[in-house]
Amino acid sequence: MDISIVSLLATLIVAATPILLAATGELIVEKSGVLNLGVEGMMIIGAICGFIAAVNTDSPLIGFIVAALAGAALSLLFAVLTQYLLANQVASGLALTLFGLGLSALLGHRYSGIRPPSSPKMEWFGMAELPVVGPIFFNHDMMVYFSIFLVLMVWVFLKFTRGGLVLRAVGENHDAAHALGYKVIRIRILAIMFGGACAGMGGAYLSLVRVPQWTEGMTAGAGWIALAIVVFASWKPWRLILGAYLFGGVTILQLNLQANGFDMPVSYLSMAPYLVTIVVLVIMSSDRTRASLNAPASLGKIFHASS
Amino acid sequence: MTLIALNNLTKKYGGVIANNDITFKVDKGEIHALLGENGAGKSTLVKMIYGLVQPDIGTMMLDGESFAPTDPRASRVRGIAMVFQHFSLFEALSVAENIALGMENPPKTDALSNQIRDVSLKYGLMLDPNRLVGNLSVGERQRVEIIRCLLQDPKLLIMDEPTSVLTPQEVDALFTTLRRLRDEGTSILYISHKLEEIRTLCNRATILRHGKVIGICIPKNETAKSMAEMMVGSKLKTPQKTITNFGLPLLIVKDLSLRSTDPFGTSLKDITFTIRAGEVMGVAGVAGNGQDELMLALSGEVLTKANSIQLEDNFIGQTGPVERRLQGLLTAPEERLGHAAAPEMNLSENTLISGFQRQKLGRRGFVNKLGAAAFAEKIIEKFDVRTISVGSAAKSLSGGNLQKFVMGREILQDPKVFIVNQPTWGVDAAAAAFIRQALLELALGGAGVLVISQDLDELMEISDTFTVISEGRLSAPRPIKGVTTETIGLLMGGSKKI
Amino acid sequence: MIRLEPRTNPSQAMIILTPILAVLATMVVGGILFVTLGKNPFEAIRMIFWDPLLGEHAFYYRGQILVKAAPLIMIALGLSFGFRAGIWNIGAEGQFIMGAVIGGATGLALYPLNSFIVFPLMIVMGALGGFLWAMIPAFLKIRFNANEILVSLMLVYVAFNFLIGMVTGPLRNPDGFNFPESRSFQDFPAAHNPELWAGTGIHLGVLSTLGFVILAYIMITRHIFGFNVRLAGQAPRAAKFAGVSPNKMIAICLGLSGALAGMAGLFEVTGPAGKLTTTFPLGYGFTAIIVAFLGRLHPIGILLAGLLMAVTYVGGDIIQSQLSLPKASIQVFQGMLLFFLLAVDVLVNFRLRISKRNSK
Repeated sequence: MDISIVSLLATLIVAATPILLAATGELIVEKSGVLNLGVEGMMIIGAICGFIAAVNTDSPLIGFIVAALAGAALSLLFAVLTQYLLANQVASGLALTLFGLGLSALLGHRYSGIRPPSSPKMEWFGMAELPVVGPIFFNHDMMVYFSIFLVLMVWVFLKFTRGGLVLRAVGENHDAAHALGYKVIRIRILAIMFGGACAGMGGAYLSLVRVPQWTEGMTAGAGWIALAIVVFASWKPWRLILGAYLFGGVTILQLNLQANGFDMPVSYLSMAPYLVTIVVLVIMSSDRTRASLNAPASLGKIFHASS
Repeated sequence: MTLIALNNLTKKYGGVIANNDITFKVDKGEIHALLGENGAGKSTLVKMIYGLVQPDIGTMMLDGESFAPTDPRASRVRGIAMVFQHFSLFEALSVAENIALGMENPPKTDALSNQIRDVSLKYGLMLDPNRLVGNLSVGERQRVEIIRCLLQDPKLLIMDEPTSVLTPQEVDALFTTLRRLRDEGTSILYISHKLEEIRTLCNRATILRHGKVIGICIPKNETAKSMAEMMVGSKLKTPQKTITNFGLPLLIVKDLSLRSTDPFGTSLKDITFTIRAGEVMGVAGVAGNGQDELMLALSGEVLTKANSIQLEDNFIGQTGPVERRLQGLLTAPEERLGHAAAPEMNLSENTLISGFQRQKLGRRGFVNKLGAAAFAEKIIEKFDVRTISVGSAAKSLSGGNLQKFVMGREILQDPKVFIVNQPTWGVDAAAAAFIRQALLELALGGAGVLVISQDLDELMEISDTFTVISEGRLSAPRPIKGVTTETIGLLMGGSKKI
Repeated sequence: MIRLEPRTNPSQAMIILTPILAVLATMVVGGILFVTLGKNPFEAIRMIFWDPLLGEHAFYYRGQILVKAAPLIMIALGLSFGFRAGIWNIGAEGQFIMGAVIGGATGLALYPLNSFIVFPLMIVMGALGGFLWAMIPAFLKIRFNANEILVSLMLVYVAFNFLIGMVTGPLRNPDGFNFPESRSFQDFPAAHNPELWAGTGIHLGVLSTLGFVILAYIMITRHIFGFNVRLAGQAPRAAKFAGVSPNKMIAICLGLSGALAGMAGLFEVTGPAGKLTTTFPLGYGFTAIIVAFLGRLHPIGILLAGLLMAVTYVGGDIIQSQLSLPKASIQVFQGMLLFFLLAVDVLVNFRLRISKRNSK
């Protein structure tokens, strides 16, 4: 068997980064009480816009920034539809995905086969030379560390800041939050845009670092996996990392096993993360004393401001 | 020393005068009760003090200065705090977080937790700042609301029906807290209809009826009887009906107990009564004492022990609404739009909700549209429902007309037993009279009728038998002839003596 | 400030107008998009909407339209009942796959039996496969209050992996070349779903779909179940009052949509797809959700929306070959169509009011 554990783990971290980014953003969105099924669309828009920007400015950093802006802009469509026009969240999210997939294909059809500017690996004072832990943890590009940092920031935001408290309140009981004077719609729109920006960056990571190339439909369901990870993580930021690495790890493992001739058991292995997510969801939902639940109680419900 | 003075406050809603020239004062360091039945005008008055609505006429003075808040924030800034009947709490968040959300500029979490602990110890409102609100009992949740108010250092604390959700022990604890606050100089405006509590706790009481101040008294100097008389009014309509001969028992309810799934709901305890053919039983009671739960149990929307409810010879506690309708038990819930009728659907379709099976408005599952329309037409005609056509959406009808439609839909199905909750609330006088007449005729025709209502005059007019529901219990039904205002007031005030 | 004011009666005019408005808006904005890409907008719009139906090679295209529309409509019909009742089955794609796998496996197990019973049995098993797959989220919702959106979505991936496992293992074609695919149904006449009239694309699935449209129409307009579904979605308390059991509603709606999706999968794999492969699922289960909304959850609307979507798919193929635009670009149109419909839909129940801000 020609699988190096070290290289497996290193690849795993890279594979997990795009979905970790997208999932972090979606966590904030869902904490505010909104279910945005359009993550896939926002990711792929980020992928192409980031790619185009990076290629034309020869700077991957600008690529990521543009990708974040593009994802946020697209999510604004979803925000207006669901928060102002009171449209159904499920349908709006799916429309967003469809639109994003198509628009990205259109924008990117002249960009296939082009190599983007490479993202340099970060220097950690030579720690990359350490045996085993070096290549696994210290030999990655900036965005890998940024994604972890983002999770940390989100955790701090939710747990320790007033803004985070208000966000959680809105997602928990939007009527009570409104009664207390908080601007539910405005908060939700900001959350949705943050989710879009993160998904955009996640998509750009795919086209700029992971592959790195632009192909039509290259997200290949990563957006849906990000949604699953948010549930798997019980809406707790640190568990997102666990979930992303688990899902990412299984994918990498599966590819490696396949390349080495193992066919059948592999697809059943791939099912595992999804089945585990279902079990987690069932356990959490069946606890009727909801206080132990982390799922925002207003998730998916339409808010009718009775001003 | 006066804290807050209300002068000639008047508020109209359309043609209804909710508050009519109200004048009274609350002193500093006083627990002042605001007493009255539902519809007396208590909530409107309190909303004006808290800034949720503005008076049409009249002024208020707080601490000697003019006071006219335009929103709750303005009230809070001047030192008014309110604990509502229905809490605005976030279950997945901790006590400290909930309190922080209700404050303008909350201190840092640690400092806040310490403040919470201090206040909670000082006033006997035991609470752990780190517990999740979802894990608290209703009594404990109320403490969160109270502490939230106390941390703002209020001059006046308004409490709206606070003991309706508390156990007796929790009531004692609450009273200790309130007395402590009063002794420190905070004033409390205590809204309630529970006479015994007011006598124990309050310094003075202002009594409202039909939007007017009827009297201001010192509860300790009054008896429950005298307060009840003031609250209910001695000019009550004399009972209309004399004892008649009733037929066989149609509905027998025995020891019906039901735990409410709603934390703010009222659990039913050992409800027992019988309704005979031709009898109208009236159930009086202030809202929130178990009426909704009783309706759900009787209609079949919530199932109970099989032999708790018996219709003629059958135990129906475990059967659903459809089966009960087929056996002749029909109901009309309190909420017209959304419960008795679907707002978006038209009147023709709304007949299907209760009439599909019993009125044979279909065959083998297929709806007979012409039949449904014809039935709707019949209801509109016989019950004088003012609407454009059977094709109008239910929500386009006025309250009174929709109520006539709903009542008509059930009554025209010729029930053996008919149960209705608040048959004429929000309905104009003519329509109300019409509905009451229809109920009387139903009983004359041999049906058994149960009317749950907050309108005592109405119950006086149409009931043969009378009972009161309070905290989930039903008083022993008695003939209407012997019922006096004293009895009613006491029963509604929660007295166990009768 | 622009405000939305609720109407007392839903506007009948708007119910008819809004889909038309949405299509027009899509054409306009889409046209602008084409201009920015340097293509003639009128030509492009014509290629998408007109050519597939009445253009030069339409005789070929029309068959394609029916082939693509049928599964979309069949699945969307099933979904529409649940959606009306507020039960969100997002996993139709998974139920589609399971129907194909289980129904297909039944047939393959019987190979080479040449009996008229084979195909009907496969249809039943296909429906059963989809039904059972949908009953998982139903059961978990009823028993544990688990969100059906997330459960059914996760099961799509499980189903997809199950398909891969099957075609690389037990269902792999023994007479094939070790490719990860099943035996072709075209080699198995008793299990084949052929085109009934050459060039039309009409196979048994298409005819069944038409039948289901009629059945669904009757159901939603004339049957008490249709009434109960609408009632449960609009006024849940009234539905309970009427005696509708929420649990039964969940089970029936999910089961029904699962069965139809499974059947659609079976028809697809034995007909146009021809065999079970790893790339067999084409996303019909997700697109059907969009078709359901475009059709306003009404059977006739779904029929029209399904045909419209299929036309845009075929149009997408045309602009790909004629204008050398990527195939996926048609999804921009489809997404826009749904966006505009959702946006203008608000006008059915609300009126626009432009008012000056009140000064306090």
